[in-house]
Amino acid sequence: MAKVILENVSKTFGNVEAVKSFNLTVEDKEFTILVGPSGCGKSTALRMIAGLEEPTNGVIYIGDRAVNDLPPKDRDIAMVFQEYALYPHMSVYKNMAFGLKLRRFSKDEIDQRVKWASEILGIQNLLDRKPRQLSGGQRQRVAVGRAIVRKPAVFLFDEPLSNLDAKLRVQMRAELSKLHDRLETTIIYVTHDQVEAMTMGTKIVVMKDGLIQQIGAPLEVYNHPVNMFVAGFIGSPVINFFPSRLVSKEGRLFIDAETFQLPIPQKKVSYYQSLTGSEAIFGIRPNDIYDRLYAPDRLRENFVRAVVDVIEPLGSEIHLNMTSGRHNFVAVVDAQTSVRVHQEIELALDLDKMHLFEKNDPNLRIKTDS
Amino acid sequence: MVGSKTVGRQILNLYLPLALFIVFLLFPFYWMSIVSFKPTNDLFELKFNPFWIQRFTLENYLYLFQNTDFPEWVKNTLIISVISTAISLLCSILIGYALARLRFPGSNFLGVGIFLAYLVPPTLLFLPLAQVIAKLNLYNTYWALILTYPTQLIPFASWLLMGYFRTIPKEIEECAMADGCTRMETLLKIILPLSTPGLISAGIFCFTLCWNEFLYALIFMSSGPMKTIPVGTVSDLIKADTLFWGSLMASAVLGSFPIAFLYSFFVKYYVSGLTAGAVKR
Repeated sequence: MAKVILENVSKTFGNVEAVKSFNLTVEDKEFTILVGPSGCGKSTALRMIAGLEEPTNGVIYIGDRAVNDLPPKDRDIAMVFQEYALYPHMSVYKNMAFGLKLRRFSKDEIDQRVKWASEILGIQNLLDRKPRQLSGGQRQRVAVGRAIVRKPAVFLFDEPLSNLDAKLRVQMRAELSKLHDRLETTIIYVTHDQVEAMTMGTKIVVMKDGLIQQIGAPLEVYNHPVNMFVAGFIGSPVINFFPSRLVSKEGRLFIDAETFQLPIPQKKVSYYQSLTGSEAIFGIRPNDIYDRLYAPDRLRENFVRAVVDVIEPLGSEIHLNMTSGRHNFVAVVDAQTSVRVHQEIELALDLDKMHLFEKNDPNLRIKTDS
Repeated sequence: MVGSKTVGRQILNLYLPLALFIVFLLFPFYWMSIVSFKPTNDLFELKFNPFWIQRFTLENYLYLFQNTDFPEWVKNTLIISVISTAISLLCSILIGYALARLRFPGSNFLGVGIFLAYLVPPTLLFLPLAQVIAKLNLYNTYWALILTYPTQLIPFASWLLMGYFRTIPKEIEECAMADGCTRMETLLKIILPLSTPGLISAGIFCFTLCWNEFLYALIFMSSGPMKTIPVGTVSDLIKADTLFWGSLMASAVLGSFPIAFLYSFFVKYYVSGLTAGAVKR
């Protein structure tokens, strides 16, 4: 039960800067997710909180204490690793009891806590087994159990679900969320999987090349990404980007992507007006593109013609890979839509949900609200 | 076996070469054993088949126990081997772990340095060591050998254990540290139990080398009953031009017994320890 603060933390390996001036406050009981592509420094950040790496600069606080000089064992944290890292020579029970034994808990207390944790995780009948006799999912449960018996102030998870198969991953995801509700502790969780980040976190920290790109609640990050990287990283299928130009015609502002021209909704015009005549990146998520036939009425007026390249029916929806002039993009359309490959269809775009990014290096999003 | 179609083929390709190897390797032991059970006169009797025992006797073994200090040699060898092995293992565990896991200035150089120390031939090293032993007044004591054997044992055992420690995933150790271990506790409670095969192979290696060592034992400890088995055997059972063949062989048979015993029990660990890290598991 503690707040975690990282103040200007950085880490350099040789001449590689893995983490750059990292500033983050994780509130008590928050489920914070560090997410980003591999090599973005998220694991290094977590390992610095755990005390497994020493920060090159900056201060880390857990609770009210600066912990820079404390070894991992004195930080009141528990960590769950991607490779489970169970002690192969100990039974499940001993694996879970190990940390308690080191802290000189009484035998009864250890027994009680191991029972409590194994019941939560449904591994009561595995306590006598050795790790090699367990399946991947069971091992991961034991690894989580080993962390929760200690009732630490902060849980650190380093890609704990990456080694599980897809189905098990979905199941464990829900269980970890439940566990967070039940234990009411601070969790810091590292993953490269944006679905895990969106579904489990109460706060997401998106990282790239050692730098924090954006911190916010999952939907906030999804709906208001600060730049093209975040927009492209969060959300599946990936957002579509169209290099375009803003043009003014007959008193209205349009996005001109050569093959199509779309009018910008009135409420956004004031934000974009200053860019009239200049180039920008127009972004729209595949879910905000509709087959014109199934689109809400208000969207039917403006549409884009495009040719279907690939059809991916998922049952509940259909993913279409489309081409329009020099643009390739993806649309998620209604499952009832009947299309053929190479067919030209009409698509309606919900421009209320459009994003516009600056056409320079950091590709910042042009803010339209909040 | 996949691919072998007939039993005949299998015999030709597998069992015949194996049989030849076994004969080749075991013949010295066979010869040693039969000679030790023959009366001395039979050894030089040309009308007897030299590969078989005509008249069985234990007189060579009796001679060994009654007329030489053989029991004393065994005691000496055992004490020296066990203590040197223990000291070497202890040092090697710490060195091997430090080389495998800790990053400190000069760690690479130190690793290579230790390896180079192993390459210095014992026959060269004994000259300076002899001076040290003389200065410390240790001639003809157990300590003369207990302290000099590790100069050969520690470098090799350290490298062997370093290789083994590296095969243990780092996360397990990190987890132990988050669980509340200091580095030393991690080494004792997590790394060592997981390194049993490596420890066994390093132990066997050290023990065998001590047990069989001849040069240092001859130079540093060889008067009266203060001898090891190899030194005692050749110095007390060869008198000028008289060779007590039967007793020589009896001593060799008894002397090789502990090593054979160790290997037959632990050969599995020995091999897995030596090849650890050779392939990705």
